[in-house]
Amino acid sequence: MTAPDQDGQRRPSLFLERQSYRRRRLTDAARLLPFLGAALLALPLLWPDDSGGTGAVPLSAAIYYIFACWAVLIVISVVFGFAARRLAAREKDEAEADTWQP
Amino acid sequence: MATLNVLILVCLGYVVLLFGVAFAADRLAAAGRGKWLRSPLIYTLSLSIYCTAWTFYGAVGNAARSGLEFVTIYLGPTLVMVGWWWGLRKLVRVGRSQRVTSIADLISSRYGKSNTLAICVTTLAVVGGTPYIALQLQSITLSFSIFAEADPTGLYREGSSVFWVAAGLAVFAILFGTRNLDANERHHGVVTAIALESVVKLFALLAVGIFVVWGIAGGLEPMMARIDASEIGQWNVDASRWTTFTFLSAAAFICLPRMFQVMVVENDDESHLRTAAWAFPLYLLLMSLFVVPIAVIGLDLMPQGANPDLFVLTVPLSQGNDWLAMLSFIGGFSSATSMVIVTAMALSTMVSNHVVMPIWLSTQEGPTSVSGDVRTIVLMARRVSIAAIMALGYFYFRLSGGGAALASIGLVAFAGISQILPALVGGLFWRGATRTGALVGLSIGFWLWIYTLLLPGMGGGIIPISVIEYGPFGWGWLRPQALFGIEGIDPMVHSVMWSLSLNTIGFCVASLLSFPSPLERLQGAQFVNVFDHSAAPQGWTGSVAQSEDLMIMTQRILGAGPAQEFFQAEAERQNGRAGRLPEPTPGFLQRLERELGGSVGAATAHAMIGQIVGGASVSVEDLLAVADESAQMLEYSSQLEAKSAELSRTARQLREANTKLTQVSKQKDAFLSQVSHELRTPMTSIRAFSEIMRDTDGLSAAEQTRYAAIIHDEALRLTRLLDDLLDLSVLESGQVSLNMGDDSLRSVLDRAISGALAGGDGTLHVRRILSNERIQLHTDLDRLGQVFINLISNAKKYCDAADPALTISSHDVGGQVVIDFVDNGSGIPDEAQSVVFEKFARVGSDKAGGAGLGLAICREIMQRLGGDITYLPGQGGAAFRVSLPLAYRQAAQ
Repeated sequence: MTAPDQDGQRRPSLFLERQSYRRRRLTDAARLLPFLGAALLALPLLWPDDSGGTGAVPLSAAIYYIFACWAVLIVISVVFGFAARRLAAREKDEAEADTWQP
Repeated sequence: MATLNVLILVCLGYVVLLFGVAFAADRLAAAGRGKWLRSPLIYTLSLSIYCTAWTFYGAVGNAARSGLEFVTIYLGPTLVMVGWWWGLRKLVRVGRSQRVTSIADLISSRYGKSNTLAICVTTLAVVGGTPYIALQLQSITLSFSIFAEADPTGLYREGSSVFWVAAGLAVFAILFGTRNLDANERHHGVVTAIALESVVKLFALLAVGIFVVWGIAGGLEPMMARIDASEIGQWNVDASRWTTFTFLSAAAFICLPRMFQVMVVENDDESHLRTAAWAFPLYLLLMSLFVVPIAVIGLDLMPQGANPDLFVLTVPLSQGNDWLAMLSFIGGFSSATSMVIVTAMALSTMVSNHVVMPIWLSTQEGPTSVSGDVRTIVLMARRVSIAAIMALGYFYFRLSGGGAALASIGLVAFAGISQILPALVGGLFWRGATRTGALVGLSIGFWLWIYTLLLPGMGGGIIPISVIEYGPFGWGWLRPQALFGIEGIDPMVHSVMWSLSLNTIGFCVASLLSFPSPLERLQGAQFVNVFDHSAAPQGWTGSVAQSEDLMIMTQRILGAGPAQEFFQAEAERQNGRAGRLPEPTPGFLQRLERELGGSVGAATAHAMIGQIVGGASVSVEDLLAVADESAQMLEYSSQLEAKSAELSRTARQLREANTKLTQVSKQKDAFLSQVSHELRTPMTSIRAFSEIMRDTDGLSAAEQTRYAAIIHDEALRLTRLLDDLLDLSVLESGQVSLNMGDDSLRSVLDRAISGALAGGDGTLHVRRILSNERIQLHTDLDRLGQVFINLISNAKKYCDAADPALTISSHDVGGQVVIDFVDNGSGIPDEAQSVVFEKFARVGSDKAGGAGLGLAICREIMQRLGGDITYLPGQGGAAFRVSLPLAYRQAAQ
């Protein structure tokens, strides 16, 4: 618990509660998501193209891969969006509960 | 067969439907109902104006030409939306807290409300946006022409149709976009109409796609087999183009004026971003899902040389599916109209706020309140701007001749508008970013973009072939498509790389080298730390502002109703009751500025309030000047304080001097009475004994001798007294001349002791430490000796010990010779210590008959010699300290 400061202001404590800690890590995950996406979508650039003559990746496979990556990004965003909303709501409740302090 | 007339009817019907929707949405919003109008879904759908006719038709064309490359245009925005926590969240918060009206307004606000910068961004947006609008015109006319080919009546003429399309779109945009003045107010009608259009275009594209995959190809598996067998059936993507286009589309997604309009300006609630973060990528995914199948089937079915950009239309038509073709046409039409409407709204807001209004304001003389109606002028400016922008697009289309030159214009526009990115991102995340930096970066990027991409791409001989091949004046390193001699890069990649990198470098270097104005620094802090404080940055001092003038001006901009409402609310906030005009407090002026900023832009609102508030804006510079002045006043008052302190010090000194004078006067009286007393005592005995000798006969010789001796003694005493007095007065008046000489302290003391102890009764034992007395002196030796004699004889006279002894010790203390004379008597009582050096001060009874001038003379002498003599209390007996500066000795050596 954060102890009230001398002048009544609450100082952020060094150790967060489990809730806030989770929320922050969730934010970190959200921040990392575009990098994951960029890495996944840059991966096809390493595939062999038909300049070598043999072994070019068929377009259908490329379509499957790219749209699958895309869908994964979207699903992760959905999960994050709902998780963030739930945590934000809970935090709000707690903040209201926290206002009662001796 | 759908004839052209049916097509036109359908178009008109569709437009009427849009109007109806927009109108109904506005009514609902005004009535306070229709909560769904502000839902995240509508927000997400409105974002889809990103997908213009260029992407609706062009994506398929692009896929038919270069396979999967088209998807980069969707992947960039997807990454931006998925990473909303990084930038979009902040952008939206800043846009809402600063009541930003456009991207130019945002940049100008961030860099100290600089209108120059706003004009630069506006120019860039107009130059980049015009070809883009031309592109929409082209796509609509092309799709018309497809139907015209099939139309038996043959009434279609391309030139006139472009004109009518442009005019129709302009009217549409004017009616939709300039219905209310406050650009910051949510345009619920427009946004809802756009949302509807985005549903229509998605539905159309999906319908065509499903028709192609399941209707023509016969299912997913055969479709994939056909894709792999087609001429684009292998993964063949240029890595530089892939990464560049992904980055470019991400940058443009943030910087495009129309995207900024729907994403930031029309945003109702920040939490909508959370939904849009996944919903908008999903929309983009669905939009691109069937692009490759349509392209592959088009390549299979359509004859050689058919325009792949129109496969979305021509494939259903060729299969005789007229209704699907019609739906597809409506989808393309939707894409074009929504893009044009929002772009025209955004650009016209920028032009009117940052170009027209400043010019109009500068032509006005005197305060705004007495000049013409601002409201109509702003609205007029917006309408004219929309018409002008559409006209520009039309002429661009006619000049470039349509055709292939327009195909890549979407990306060219992306590259142009992306030049804002460094200034935007730097402004949001770097407090050190300055106006100069933004100007330098923008200019570099803008000119490089024009030189390396826009002009070479336009063809038509604007840049001669020789310049493209050999560079201007034959300078090879300045070739537009191979700057610095680096060849072989794709022209698009080449331009984006050079313009954006040099733009960023210029921005950073100029920011580092320049110094921001105070307003800029305040705004910078507000933007970068927007989550910490969303308070107002700049201050107005309202003491001179006239509420009435402000009211009149506000009415002219916001309209009478809203203005009165705003002022009433403010009055209520101030006084607790409505009725009177509110006081022009700084807080009120700030709110008013933001309110006006929503209509005419931050820079203009700042200038307008500035005109009323004391004729000039109270800039931070002015505040600093005020602060400077008050600092000067503070300094002045502290000077005054110092002077008054000095005065009171002087007064105290004067009082002290006065007290001293009084004392001295008393002393003088005492002195005179003392002197007369001292003189009278010997005179009395002299007179008495001389009378005895004169009047008494028969005195024996012994008696005569004794009387004469008494008279002589008394006369001597008198002489001595007079000598002392004379001596003292000479010393006090400073007329004494010193006979400087050199000798050791020891010999001076030797002489003094032998002189003082010679004759007289009583014995005094003198203790000395001879080794300490080897100090060479350069001083008036006789006078010093006189002081010593006086002290020693005092000790001899007054020491009341049974076995009187005097200790003389000498030290060398910090450049001074200190000689202490301490006897073993009872010393001088405390109360007498302070007066012992005064004239005629005698301790106890005058048993020894001294006049009390000795120590006074001693002190005078020592002061003349540059030293001092003091009484040392607490030494057991009477103790005197004689100090003498060593400088005399050193000077002598």
